[in-house]
Amino acid sequence: MSSVRTPLGRVRGLGSAKEGVQHWWAQRLTALALVPLSLWFIYAMVKLTGADRDVVAAWFAHPLNAVLSIVLIATAFHHAQLGLQVVIEDYVHHEGRKLASIIGVKFLAVLLAAGAIFGVLKLAFGVHG
Amino acid sequence: MTAHNRPLSPHLQVYRPQWSSVLSIVHRLTGIALSLGLILLVWWIAAAASGAPRFATVQYFIGSFLGRLVLFGWTWALFYHLANGIRHLAWDVGWGFALKDAERSAWLVVAASVVLTFVAWFAGYAAMGGS
Repeated sequence: MSSVRTPLGRVRGLGSAKEGVQHWWAQRLTALALVPLSLWFIYAMVKLTGADRDVVAAWFAHPLNAVLSIVLIATAFHHAQLGLQVVIEDYVHHEGRKLASIIGVKFLAVLLAAGAIFGVLKLAFGVHG
Repeated sequence: MTAHNRPLSPHLQVYRPQWSSVLSIVHRLTGIALSLGLILLVWWIAAAASGAPRFATVQYFIGSFLGRLVLFGWTWALFYHLANGIRHLAWDVGWGFALKDAERSAWLVVAASVVLTFVAWFAGYAAMGGS
């Protein structure tokens, strides 16, 4: 197989996304972190199956659970947002719609992650109401 | 003629499905499904944070037939994406690229995702004490 890079692309070294391997690397790094995090998360969710709200709140009040939950939420949303961006880039060919969808996904990911982290903190610090 | 010898993406309509291509497509589909599933997680946490009545609503939905179906599908999608993700990370460091190895790991990913889903659900029902 001949090289898939154009001579100019090889010189610039950044590829069509104009950002080099940054996106690829962030996707892999978050994937690696999510392997233990999601196993821990599944274990925790299985243990909390059918638990009432007080039990769930007490679980989040444990520092380790609160910290790992926040890291999980941030990492999962970052990973999801990077993955959805690639899907959009592959299938949405209209430049304007593509850009709008990517921006929409990224904004929504930040909003939802912030909401979930706020919820964890509220449960952790026991501010009920 | 730089563009001449470049490899092309498979044309799905005329492309014979293989383990590698099917698992790759399912990896992407489960990724999309898991992203949507994150909304459910946010809803669950937000409801727990806002108080007992809202949390009861979420628990009622999760306990319903539709809720359990969605959650079961989400569990499988998570285990599949996790297992196949590890397979992808192994490829990234150069392991298991031979056709035979890639096909064997494909079987392993599918089997692991199904087995782990049932293990998690049995454990979940055990945690609830049946029902």
